[in-house]
Amino acid sequence: MVTLNWYLALSIVVFCIGLFGLLTRRNILIVFLSIEIMLNAINIALVSLSHYLQDVKGQILALFVIAIAGGAVAVGLIILILSYWNKPSLKLEDFNLLRED
Amino acid sequence: MLVQILFGYFAFVIVFSSFMGITRKNIFHSLLWILLMFLHMGGIYLLLNAEFIAMVQIIVYAGAILVMFLFVLFLFNFKEEINEKIFLSSWQARLYTVLIILFIFILGLLSYEQKYKGPYTIDLIEKQGHTKTIGIALFNEYLLLLLVLGFMLLIPLIGVGLVHRRRQKNGNS
Repeated sequence: MVTLNWYLALSIVVFCIGLFGLLTRRNILIVFLSIEIMLNAINIALVSLSHYLQDVKGQILALFVIAIAGGAVAVGLIILILSYWNKPSLKLEDFNLLRED
Repeated sequence: MLVQILFGYFAFVIVFSSFMGITRKNIFHSLLWILLMFLHMGGIYLLLNAEFIAMVQIIVYAGAILVMFLFVLFLFNFKEEINEKIFLSSWQARLYTVLIILFIFILGLLSYEQKYKGPYTIDLIEKQGHTKTIGIALFNEYLLLLLVLGFMLLIPLIGVGLVHRRRQKNGNS
């Protein structure tokens, strides 16, 4: 029998991989993708807790997380396309319009 | 025993393919690795007796969100991106940050105790059907949240349409 701790450990490891990608990649599309990886890791934790605590609230929260992730990706990608039309670059260090130096 | 072998397979593929997806230089390759990760995450949900979430995961994530990423990739130019460095120049310090957060999470995991048992036992879900159980709970207890969720999904649609319309009116901005 696989215990709850294994699922939570898998969720933690995948979350940290996504966090590493979010903090270190230079390409802004991969940064968006890393956010999706982190949301998936949280979904694993929610569904496994929902199964082992015998309550259905965790799965409903996982459904909400999936739906909001879809909306967030749509808004993020349209912002990315608009900024690409103004400034054709995908590197993260080129987006420093608000920095003062 | 079979459950442990299946969990080990799914967990290994999820960790390996998410790592490969983060570290590839070509964005198409990393998107395909992430697609593999999403499909295996559906398998993990099947192991947890959550068939509805597994199907929603495969349809929405692998079918909609990844395809949206792939279509957006067609609009960009990747000729000069291929030859450059993958990571930011200060990635070592960020790696230490991630390791510290991993350490804190593992401490939290080791100090977790299960105190609560809900009313939805496995027998009840088996007798009633998983989708029906989720549907009854969703449309009775969480109806207002569901309506708010639909409204929140409508707003990006209107926003994208407004952006397109304003761009058509102003020409190339």
